[in-house]
Amino acid sequence: MAEKIILTHQKINGPDAEVIHEISGVNVFACYQCGNCSATCPAVDFMDIPPHQIMRNLQLGLVNEVLNTKTPWICLACLSCSVKCPRSLDIARVMEGCRNLILRRKYEYFNIHTLDSETRLKLPPIALIANFRKNLL
Amino acid sequence: MEIGYYPGCTLKTSARNFERTALAVLELLGIKAVELSEWYCCGVNFSQVQDNLMLQLAPLRTLMKARDSGFTRILTLCTMCYNTLRRASLFLQADEERQRIINDFMDRGAASYRGDEVTVIDLLTLFREIGISEIGHKIGRSGIDLKVAPYYGCMLLRPREVAVDDASDPTIMEEVLQSVGCQPVAYPMRIECCGSYQIVNEPAVVWQRTRLIVESARQNGAEVMVVLCPLCHYNLDSVQLEIQRTDSRFQTLPVLYLTQLLALLAGIGEGNDWSLHSVDPRPILKAKGLL
Amino acid sequence: MRKIGVFVCHCGINIAGTVDVKAVVDLLKDYPGVAYIQDYKYMCSDPGQNLIKTKIKELNLDGVVVAACSPTLHEATFRGASESVGLNPYRTEIANIREQCSWVHHDKAAATAKAQLIIKAAIEKVKLDEELQPVKVPITRRAMVIGGGIAGIQAALSIANSGYEVVLVERQSSIGGHMAQLSETFPTLDCSQCILTPKMVEVAQHHKIKLLAYATVEDVSGFVGNFKVKIKQKARYVDWDKCTGCGICMEKCPVKVPSEFDEELANRKAIYTPFPQAVPNKPVLDSAHCTYFKTGKCQICKKLCPFDAIDYTQTDTFIEEDVGAIVVATGYELYSLKSLPEYGGGKIVDVIDGLTFERILSASGPYGGIVRRPSDGQVPREVVFIKCVGSRDPENHFPYCSKVCCMYTTKHAMLYKHRVPEGQAYVFYMDVRADGKGYEEFYQRAATEDQVVYLRGKVAKLYRENGKVVVTGIDTLSNRMIEIKADLVVLASAIRPAAGITELAKLLKIGIDQNGFLTEAHPKLRPVESLTAGVYLAGCAQAPRDIPDAVAQAAGAAAMVTTLFARDYLYHEPIIAGVNTDLCSGCGICVGVCPYAARSLNRSKGVVEVNEILCEGCGACVAACPSGAAQQKNLTDEQIHQMIKAILT
Repeated sequence: MAEKIILTHQKINGPDAEVIHEISGVNVFACYQCGNCSATCPAVDFMDIPPHQIMRNLQLGLVNEVLNTKTPWICLACLSCSVKCPRSLDIARVMEGCRNLILRRKYEYFNIHTLDSETRLKLPPIALIANFRKNLL
Repeated sequence: MEIGYYPGCTLKTSARNFERTALAVLELLGIKAVELSEWYCCGVNFSQVQDNLMLQLAPLRTLMKARDSGFTRILTLCTMCYNTLRRASLFLQADEERQRIINDFMDRGAASYRGDEVTVIDLLTLFREIGISEIGHKIGRSGIDLKVAPYYGCMLLRPREVAVDDASDPTIMEEVLQSVGCQPVAYPMRIECCGSYQIVNEPAVVWQRTRLIVESARQNGAEVMVVLCPLCHYNLDSVQLEIQRTDSRFQTLPVLYLTQLLALLAGIGEGNDWSLHSVDPRPILKAKGLL
Repeated sequence: MRKIGVFVCHCGINIAGTVDVKAVVDLLKDYPGVAYIQDYKYMCSDPGQNLIKTKIKELNLDGVVVAACSPTLHEATFRGASESVGLNPYRTEIANIREQCSWVHHDKAAATAKAQLIIKAAIEKVKLDEELQPVKVPITRRAMVIGGGIAGIQAALSIANSGYEVVLVERQSSIGGHMAQLSETFPTLDCSQCILTPKMVEVAQHHKIKLLAYATVEDVSGFVGNFKVKIKQKARYVDWDKCTGCGICMEKCPVKVPSEFDEELANRKAIYTPFPQAVPNKPVLDSAHCTYFKTGKCQICKKLCPFDAIDYTQTDTFIEEDVGAIVVATGYELYSLKSLPEYGGGKIVDVIDGLTFERILSASGPYGGIVRRPSDGQVPREVVFIKCVGSRDPENHFPYCSKVCCMYTTKHAMLYKHRVPEGQAYVFYMDVRADGKGYEEFYQRAATEDQVVYLRGKVAKLYRENGKVVVTGIDTLSNRMIEIKADLVVLASAIRPAAGITELAKLLKIGIDQNGFLTEAHPKLRPVESLTAGVYLAGCAQAPRDIPDAVAQAAGAAAMVTTLFARDYLYHEPIIAGVNTDLCSGCGICVGVCPYAARSLNRSKGVVEVNEILCEGCGACVAACPSGAAQQKNLTDEQIHQMIKAILT
């Protein structure tokens, strides 16, 4: 079982949580954990924790745990979750918030040089540019 | 009728077939799409970041240039360009403070931009304006007997404020297909994401999505699939061969741009570079008398 | 020989699927006494009833048997049909061939044979049925409401506004109940006292309402339309006729007693009103704490009273009231924290219940509306709310849901955040039940706007440590153990019926369920009636409920009372047990077994007499009578013998 959480007002409203809120503009506390986002997510099989769990962890101030998951980097920004959310929360924006919080720490999730040149030439520009937009700053 | 046309990067490269056939079909329908004299890459993905407006500069600059060229409406063919440009203008319209900051970054002396001066529309909306029956009348053929799976993907339907049709139950592509004499195939995966840009980082996602979408269309009797997004086209088409390489039982399905099919129905044979297709659509098109 | 018509119902395939109805008709057409027999698809339909009516007139039938469903469903329908064409309704009997035959058997031949026997028995019964007339009962058009909380207030006002007199009995010195203690009410956050006190004043001013405060019900006799209630007026030691409510006595009284109204967070005096807007706004003297009563000295209140209203010699007095209907609205109390050892057993000062937190939040409360914790008066920064404390816990406490906690806890967390924006509110919950109008939106507002953190799970333990209360629970949504070092913990403890409900229910001869709440006559169709005619239920005495529901139920109970009062007479079923005075030996055995006190021994005549109005026709006396003098009308021994004979031969 994962570590016990000692909850405090400071933990829930910590600076990183505040930054994610600023970047995304989403009030994660409005989420009532219906799970529709995860149920509809086309990439959920490839995530280590599903989107609704990202929302839950943010509600509990577990920002570092969220940032250590692969989930925001798997997100396709397809907005299936955002359209389905009964609380009209834009979960995709929360994912963008998580990605950007990391990227702004001068960390690049993706390095173009890891792509072999054959693949790079084969891929259409639309795929490469979209990927850079999500994974680089 | 004349309309401003924003091509975007891919339409000039891997989606050449889309651009050529679309412009030809539009001409047949009496629409002259005038390419903007100055345009920039839209960024492909709309940035969802709320606190950094710099990420909106590229699409907004394109829209300003369109206004300066005297256009009040521009057409995009690529659905990702449509989504990004449309949302960027909505994002700007919503907030005066954003307008102030953005305008500070624009060229010295440029007139300020509010976001609502230029309307961005997509091909399906333009089709609806022209009239579905009019398209059927000018392009349609009888006796084709071609079962077509329309694939919408994400960018024409989400988020709701830019949806070109009902976001959860669109019908516009089916209407167009029906009007030109094809049989639209109903299948559950038509608005599911193809895996998008994960083709670069996590191609396994795209493999799984492509398999799901293609098999769903196949099971429901599709002989060909039509799309409007160059990234969806690349993913759904090229990945099929990779899937078949690992699983010989997998049955491929040719993927065309909707306009390629319309052009062929209208008897416009040129404009297609078939080498841009992984799954060769020619056998089925020949069988149906379209080639 | 009687001329009996027999009508056999198919009830679609409910009966005809298992019983061969045509065969039954054929077998019984020559049975002695049967003048006419016919089957029909749905006897209860209009054509079915018309068939019965036509045949009664045409053939001059003097008895009818309808072989159909249970008499609880359509006996009244068919008796009404018979009566409409002049046949005494008590000469129409039901032969239940559905619930007692077709629905419980599969073998068609056996079911058909059994149906035939059931009908034969009914025919034999009808042959000996007397023509009976309903018993006529007069009505006292005056009601009593027991309990002066919001439900009792609403019931009293609704009845009084219909023009009938109401006696409102309240055991505290003021009406208002728990609603008077509340700060603000969900989901609109109206100030509770602001919306309640106008109603309290309306009661006080209403010329049709007789308010008996500081009084209890001691005995109830009689029956619907004709109750006699004995009430104890507790000694107030203040002559309320002289008292003007000036309050000097309360101001000067030197004795301080923990205030029940303020949940012991503040003190009252030995002579007191529970709160400033009390109705009646006159004090009572608490003799258990009064120095004069304990030592014979002091008498400050008496010396200072400008109106000479203090009277140490007062004693309890008894009043008798005649009423035709009674509404029981005795309300609730919270399950004592002492019964909850897992949550500190009431020994941790900063672990409090919901009503205590209401007083903390209340602008007129002990802290003037500033949220402080009881132990040291500090403003709490981390507040934990725990729901389902004692509720939904059949193993350790109570099985039922207390219904109001979800919303009042939401309100508590929200109001706390409004008062202490820099604080954090946590709610441990098993479910959020927000089923009222505007409730779901209210709950979502608390989570969204006030960022109340809802943790899905039950708190296993809490304990005091370094001036904090350490709360340990789980959040099953994240599957993580949670620990919070709280400054204050508020428990939503279970709603319990008010003390004394068992004794009162016994006096009123009404039922109590396994959890101690009053039992309604039918959970769906008769929710405001008790099983005793003329006694109605309102508010939390029947089940946990919130203010809108309590008010609606009280208005419903009042409507039942005025419906009763709208009649000139009450009519009582004549299927009652009489006495054959020739056979009665006056042994009195039946008097003891009668559960309705309907039978009494007339010693001078040496026989038992029956109050026909009280008799419910249960038949206990008939079974007990050693001489056969007690006989139930239309269920005589002779009739039952004939019915058995018909079945066995």
